[in-house]
Amino acid sequence: MKKVITAILAFVVVALMAFGYWDAMKHREHIGEKPFDPKETIFEHLGDAYGWEVPFNHNMRIPLPIIVVDDQNSLHCFLSSNVAHGASHDGFYIAQSGDHKGKVVGTDANGKEYRPLDFSITKNAAGIFISAILVVLMVMSIRNWYKKHQMKAPRKFTAALEMIVEFVYHDTIRPIMGKEAPKYGPYLLTCFFFILTMNLLGLIVIFPGGANLTGNLAVTMVLAVATFLVTNLTGNKEYWKEIFWPDVPVALKLPLMPVIEIFGIFTKPIALMIRLFANMMGGHMVVIVFVSLIFIFGGLFGVAVGAATSVFSLAFSLFMLLLDTLVSFIQAYVFTILSTMFIFMAHPQHHGAEHEQITE
Amino acid sequence: MELFKPEYGLVFWMFLAFACLYFILAKWAWPFIIKSMEERADLIDKGVAYAQEAKAHLDNAKAEANQVIAEARKQQADILRDAAKMKSTLIEEAKAAAAEEAKKVTEAAQVAIDQARKESEKQLRREVSAFALQIAEQVVRQNMANDNAQRALVEKLLNEVETKN
Repeated sequence: MKKVITAILAFVVVALMAFGYWDAMKHREHIGEKPFDPKETIFEHLGDAYGWEVPFNHNMRIPLPIIVVDDQNSLHCFLSSNVAHGASHDGFYIAQSGDHKGKVVGTDANGKEYRPLDFSITKNAAGIFISAILVVLMVMSIRNWYKKHQMKAPRKFTAALEMIVEFVYHDTIRPIMGKEAPKYGPYLLTCFFFILTMNLLGLIVIFPGGANLTGNLAVTMVLAVATFLVTNLTGNKEYWKEIFWPDVPVALKLPLMPVIEIFGIFTKPIALMIRLFANMMGGHMVVIVFVSLIFIFGGLFGVAVGAATSVFSLAFSLFMLLLDTLVSFIQAYVFTILSTMFIFMAHPQHHGAEHEQITE
Repeated sequence: MELFKPEYGLVFWMFLAFACLYFILAKWAWPFIIKSMEERADLIDKGVAYAQEAKAHLDNAKAEANQVIAEARKQQADILRDAAKMKSTLIEEAKAAAAEEAKKVTEAAQVAIDQARKESEKQLRREVSAFALQIAEQVVRQNMANDNAQRALVEKLLNEVETKN
């Protein structure tokens, strides 16, 4: 009996998906929209935007503030709804083609298109703020629990968060760093929670999710630079000695080893940056490509093939999204553990006395 | 491609958000959370250690109680044995005393008997001599001729009587 019900349900879901696609295609043909461009769609979804899409509506977007400084050094603030659909506001509009495609541009005195200093709260910037606020709320909920209940074990969501803190701090950071853990723990924990929240928010397709945050180089670059700065600004004498005068035969000391080591200083954070970016962006891209396949096949072989493809594509998308949930956690963890290693390796402890001094 | 060019506006906002986030959490949240979690872990460790100690104490207490009971049993057995020993000694002593007393009584009786016998012997001798004298008188009255011979004969007769007794 159960099997029959499951089979009927599955059939209904599949039929609905196929019918939805069929209906959408008929509608599209009816209004004569331009044909589907997979590349544009994919990069539009992965990239940044001046408004935030809402589900089931292509024309309406949640307006976000645009903040630009023009060539006369004057500041302009307005909502993104003012420049939607090719409209212009204060002489600014969104470029439809050219070098600055998709960005807010203005026209200078000679009538040439130029890009103003753009500090707009774009979709990604807004997503970052939402993530940061969520992280603050989550972490403060643990703190408030301890303020209120002191020695009692947390319950429900706070307990889940505490379990993650326990996993990251007590099982990862402390075994690696030992005595130095309380000093760098806050930075590493902040990194972990911020990245994890941004990763997971990116997987939710509707507002406040859907912004491809950690799949954006600017975001991962700031995180990697932060680790780079912490590593090199707190590095001790031993660390710099091992870079410029390592314990190798003299023939290797100059110039080979210092060059390799200095190169290494920069490759470590760059690897961090690229790893997080590529993993998250790749996951999002695969999901979008699977969905796009419906429309590609639909366009090539007709509506029926597209409808059939939708079943397989959505099944694979679902699988990829589940995998991305796992990857979200793994990548946040990998970033944290590698940052921990890099920071810890900047404090070599060849001499016990020196080590004491550092931890003090 | 746009995707591979970091946008400076976004870098700026990301940096600002991250710095604020780090500042807020590092100042007010993480150290307190870490400290609280460690304190709680310590408390739990201490609780476990305390429970183990308490259990050890309890086990010891049981053993001690068992020891006390065993000792008490041993003492009880000792006391009982001593009592039994004392009882038998007392009985022995009483028996010995009674035997001695009986011996004394017997000896006294013996002495009395001896005395009585001697007394009766004397009495008998006297009576016999009186009888003899009477006999002799009779004999003498009948035969006064040979006085000496008669007397010797009497003596002889008397001795015979004495040895018979």
